[in-house]
Amino acid sequence: MSTPQPPMPQQAVAAPNWQAAPGTSYTSPIPITRTHLGHALTSEWTKIKSVRSTMWTLGIFLLLVIGIGFLVAAQTSNSDFTDVPYTIPAFFGLMLGQICLITLGVLVVSSEYGTGMIRTTFTASPQRHRVLAAKLIIFFAVAFAVSAFAIGLVGLITSGMHGGSSNVSWGGTVVMGALYVSLLGVLALAVGSMLRHSAGAITTMLGVVLVPAIMPAFLMMSESMRTIGEKMQEYNAPNALARIFRLDSESGHGGAQLGLLAGVTAAAIAGAFVLLERRDV
Amino acid sequence: MIEAVGLTKRYGAKTAVYNLSFQVRPGAVTGFLGPNGSGKSTTMRMILGLDNPTSGQVTIGGFPYRKLPNAPRQVGALLDAKAVHGGRHARNHLLCLAQLSGIPARRVDEVLGVVGLQDVARKRSKGFSLGMGQRLGIAAALLGDPQVLLFDEPVNGLDPEGILWVRNLMKSLAAEGRTVFVSSHLMSEMALTADHLIVIGRGQLLADMNIKDFISHNSADFARVRTPDTEPQQREKLTAALTEAGGQVLPEQDGALRVTGLPLPRISDLAHSADVRLWELSPHQASLEEAYMRMTQGAVDYRSTIDQKAGLQQELPPGAVPPQQLPVAGQGQPGWYAPPPPQQGGQPFGMPQGQPGLYGAPGAPGAPGAGQPGPYGAPGAPGGAADANPYAQAQPQAPAQPVQAPAQPPAAPAAAPAAPDLTKPEDAR
Repeated sequence: MSTPQPPMPQQAVAAPNWQAAPGTSYTSPIPITRTHLGHALTSEWTKIKSVRSTMWTLGIFLLLVIGIGFLVAAQTSNSDFTDVPYTIPAFFGLMLGQICLITLGVLVVSSEYGTGMIRTTFTASPQRHRVLAAKLIIFFAVAFAVSAFAIGLVGLITSGMHGGSSNVSWGGTVVMGALYVSLLGVLALAVGSMLRHSAGAITTMLGVVLVPAIMPAFLMMSESMRTIGEKMQEYNAPNALARIFRLDSESGHGGAQLGLLAGVTAAAIAGAFVLLERRDV
Repeated sequence: MIEAVGLTKRYGAKTAVYNLSFQVRPGAVTGFLGPNGSGKSTTMRMILGLDNPTSGQVTIGGFPYRKLPNAPRQVGALLDAKAVHGGRHARNHLLCLAQLSGIPARRVDEVLGVVGLQDVARKRSKGFSLGMGQRLGIAAALLGDPQVLLFDEPVNGLDPEGILWVRNLMKSLAAEGRTVFVSSHLMSEMALTADHLIVIGRGQLLADMNIKDFISHNSADFARVRTPDTEPQQREKLTAALTEAGGQVLPEQDGALRVTGLPLPRISDLAHSADVRLWELSPHQASLEEAYMRMTQGAVDYRSTIDQKAGLQQELPPGAVPPQQLPVAGQGQPGWYAPPPPQQGGQPFGMPQGQPGLYGAPGAPGAPGAGQPGPYGAPGAPGGAADANPYAQAQPQAPAQPVQAPAQPPAAPAAAPAAPDLTKPEDAR
């Protein structure tokens, strides 16, 4: 059968339809609003409260901080609290609990990369910086609220059990302690956004927390490395928490350590924003 | 309207998409076809601003995607049904997407109803089947009531009811004046859904045309003529008469003749005047699948072969004859879907295999689709019948059609008996 004839009528039928199309573009009857950070914040709030990892990590965090805090408070006597704040039992729980916040911080962003959800998110909001900013704000607010609640509760429990024995005000330690562990979590979120891999980012963050706490023991052995070792010992995360909770009342209240962490976190956030805009998803 | 201009994407040394220019217009379903790894998904990701093109640009309604003020209200996309956080239940998944673009929560329940997932709205999407995942993805795409919709393999894993639903959905969306851009590997589905086709292979444009033109440009319709088996001389007589009248005649395996270049009534008249009786005179129209296979044959990167199972078999005792494997249709036979064209000019848009200079010359005669971006722009003037139908005339010098039967691995014993059957699939279908 020859082909010359068929295309002619086919084109005649199909082409006008096709030609007429561009004029009749669809417009949605629902008005289109301009999006802003507020939209991203509500979205991230929905996201963070609708996954189980949030409940798990925060639940374990509360269990560790309050549980260990309560046990420490129960095992100590009034005389132990003469020149330390009532929140000091929370320190021991926070040493472990900070890992929960690090994990949650990483998961908030890297779980989206792991599941592929990030492509859906960035299709729904091509303004990527807005999504990351909303994640940082929501996570920081949640982490700060939960950790401040836990530390404050431990402080109340302890002061109830050992009333009148301490002459150190403990309100500041609640804020600084909560700020420190929340910033660690925010740093973890920024690292997660840069590495895009849950296990990798959590491991990296554990390294950030643990290596400076362990390394000084080796560095101190060599004369040339001594200063580095001393700085590490002074600024590592467990030591920073110890200072915030006045475990060692001679050497400052952890302000410098908190400042360093804030600086590192700011740098990591800046790096995360730069990479976010540049990379393919 | 989606408009790509000179879109190129390189990943290191690999060029995924090269110099791709096309337009997807509103009011029609545009199919996006190409073999695995041809750059379809990469192109989709670039349209959605997920990947940045190495060069060139793509705009939606004149804006790059990432500059759209409220993208989900203008563009809805289903890229990957599994691109959800499995721990979140379906409604919350859609809710967080809706909140991102200021869409009220009642719209979420609405689209859940549209895709039929209202009963599992509070179930975590981890437990969803592929088809349910697709429905959830389609719901996300419809959320913002957008005027441009992109679907990457939307019918994957859907049940027959779902496939029918998606088909009608696409058509109705396009009928409302929306731009619908769909990629799929299901040719039968595309043939029913799409009005227009964009075909790419190895990251380059192979065709951008009306689906009907695509089929008739890329495969030859033919007539099958059968003369009485008992009188072979009649067959020769008819062959001579048809050839004399300008037709091309190819004998088929079972004794029938495959005739091109002559309309059916003319064949009948010629047979009558030659005094030859006919047992069969039937028209055969090419399918989209056949046309697609013919066009993309040279651009397929991943090709299946026959499983020899040599690694599993014990060594045969000396003298034993290995059991014959039955050939499986389409496996290890590159030419299966592309029976030798009646004459060697049947692939005007095909991509010459491994032609080195092709990347530098997108407008080369091998790919006129790239050279003339708007074949649909001139409905009244199809460029002359001779131009549009190169198979209507003999073209002995045309580039050799890669009939790949000789290229089959000689080590494949099962393929050998199938090789002479290259004309057979036409009947098998």
